[in-house]
Amino acid sequence: MGRFITRRLISLVIVVIAITLVVFMLSRATGDPRYLYMSSYTRMTAEVWEAQGKAMGLDKPLIVQYLLWVKNAAQGDFGDSVHFRRNSLDLILKFLPATLQLSGISFLCALLIGIPLGVLSAVKRTSGWDYLGRSFALLGQAAPPFWIALILIWVFSVYLGWLPTSRKGDWTHYIMPVVTLGWLPAAGLLRLTRSSMLEVLDSEYVKLARAKGVSSTTIIWKHAFRNSLIAPLTYAAILLANFLTGTVVVETVFAWPGLGRLSVMAALNTDFPLITGLALIFSIIFLICSLVADILYALLDPRIRIS
Amino acid sequence: MVILSSKRTFWGQLRSLPILPVATIVFLLFVGIFAPLLSPYPPLDGDLDLRNIEPSWMSENGESPYFLGGDHIGRDVLTRIIYGTRVSLIVAGTVLFFGTFIGTLLGLISGYLGGVVDETIMRLVDFMYAIPFILVVLVSAVIWSPSLMLVIILLSIFTWPPFARQVRAETLSLKQMDYVSLAKVCGTSPIRICLRHILPGLFNTVLVLASLQVGSLVVTESVLSFLGVGIPAPAPSWGNMVAEGRNYMSSAWWISFFPGIAILLIVFSMNFLGDWLRDRLDPRLRQL
Repeated sequence: MGRFITRRLISLVIVVIAITLVVFMLSRATGDPRYLYMSSYTRMTAEVWEAQGKAMGLDKPLIVQYLLWVKNAAQGDFGDSVHFRRNSLDLILKFLPATLQLSGISFLCALLIGIPLGVLSAVKRTSGWDYLGRSFALLGQAAPPFWIALILIWVFSVYLGWLPTSRKGDWTHYIMPVVTLGWLPAAGLLRLTRSSMLEVLDSEYVKLARAKGVSSTTIIWKHAFRNSLIAPLTYAAILLANFLTGTVVVETVFAWPGLGRLSVMAALNTDFPLITGLALIFSIIFLICSLVADILYALLDPRIRIS
Repeated sequence: MVILSSKRTFWGQLRSLPILPVATIVFLLFVGIFAPLLSPYPPLDGDLDLRNIEPSWMSENGESPYFLGGDHIGRDVLTRIIYGTRVSLIVAGTVLFFGTFIGTLLGLISGYLGGVVDETIMRLVDFMYAIPFILVVLVSAVIWSPSLMLVIILLSIFTWPPFARQVRAETLSLKQMDYVSLAKVCGTSPIRICLRHILPGLFNTVLVLASLQVGSLVVTESVLSFLGVGIPAPAPSWGNMVAEGRNYMSSAWWISFFPGIAILLIVFSMNFLGDWLRDRLDPRLRQL
């Protein structure tokens, strides 16, 4: 186990270095970063231009610039946001809680709906429950999230007038964003749970347990469910990391004050310091999630550890 | 393997083909290819008198000529959906071609050669998984400004890693087969072994994976277009159309509603077909 984790950690470090390289190159892709600030300094004399370049370390070779940038980034300094004129990290931290709340609740809902429905679908195979569960999953995986969001707004806000259309507020503000964001992961979890449950229910030891006369509740929850959880659990950790794309869409449609919306604003305003900070933080969150997934997987399934 | 083993089983399998999804896909392909012949109105020119006009079957005074209504500058929604099929199919098709090609090639090399090459390619795959796709798209859209080409390039870059990973795993197990060892003993060149003896064995895996990817590619393209970083505005892409109708939800819901149905239809059918193919050809891929 120790060797397994060490190997994973080493590859994680390599990937992080590669990511910083790419992010740095992207942040310089538009050319001289001084131009980004140009609009804010209406006039700039040659001396100021030079001084600024020196202050930003632009007179040094590119590799030194990169190392400087990494050093600053490691200390949480991605540079000031061009648009908001504030430290990027402060901004990110300010917008982070809204995203965490939204994705946390959506993730929880996805788990609580996807897994039990998946078990139900598998146990009552080809019954009404199974068709209901599978339709729920197929629809969730086929419908584009932005469209679901608009339809929800149309039905519940415009037509029925029950729910608020946008922004953060009391619990009614959460319903539509959570449904939009959570449906796809719930669908994925449902299908995964269903198929791995079916596989386990078909195995020899479940047949033996049946033959011994073990009650079907015990078989389902103790014998089958625990063994079929491995795939959904691993998938769940990956899901958590993949929430980013979802939050960008949902936060844009529902005007939710989170990181997804901040990224779109940063991109539209050519705010490179801010967007590089966001990219770096999101990659690291993703890497940690997938590391946790791998370790979880190895802990639950000894076969992985050995190979 | 099953499907190719004999003619009889092939036709036997084919009989259980999901008719409805396949018919939908064939229909959409047809619509996409013959878009200019099928569409009743020009896709880009609107009639300003027909702004936000209701679908003709909803119209009480019979003033609306548009079957699915008109959009905010008086263009026919149906025509734009028909042309949008083209955009979606072009994106999905091209991306899938490059994605499968690069992914299969790298996966094959990685699995067959092993060692440092394998390690490097697999780290590259890890790296691709870890990069936040949506942020890369947002940044690229700012740097190079959105275009069809940019969407295709970006999606291709992010589509190959799952193929590489799966193909590598498959190659590793095929490499152990007796017929591969025998080919080696006969002095067959590594390139020939890869192309003649291993590649055909990868066919099912790649086919299943590709068919399962189509749906998510279509959705991703529409998401990018919806956010304004995909296909640029006047072009009729389904994502664009939904975005354009956003502000008219209360007065003209049809602008956003019908393109969404089109996306739903194509993704639904493709996922269904993909599942069917997977169950027939490669049930082990169920974990995906």
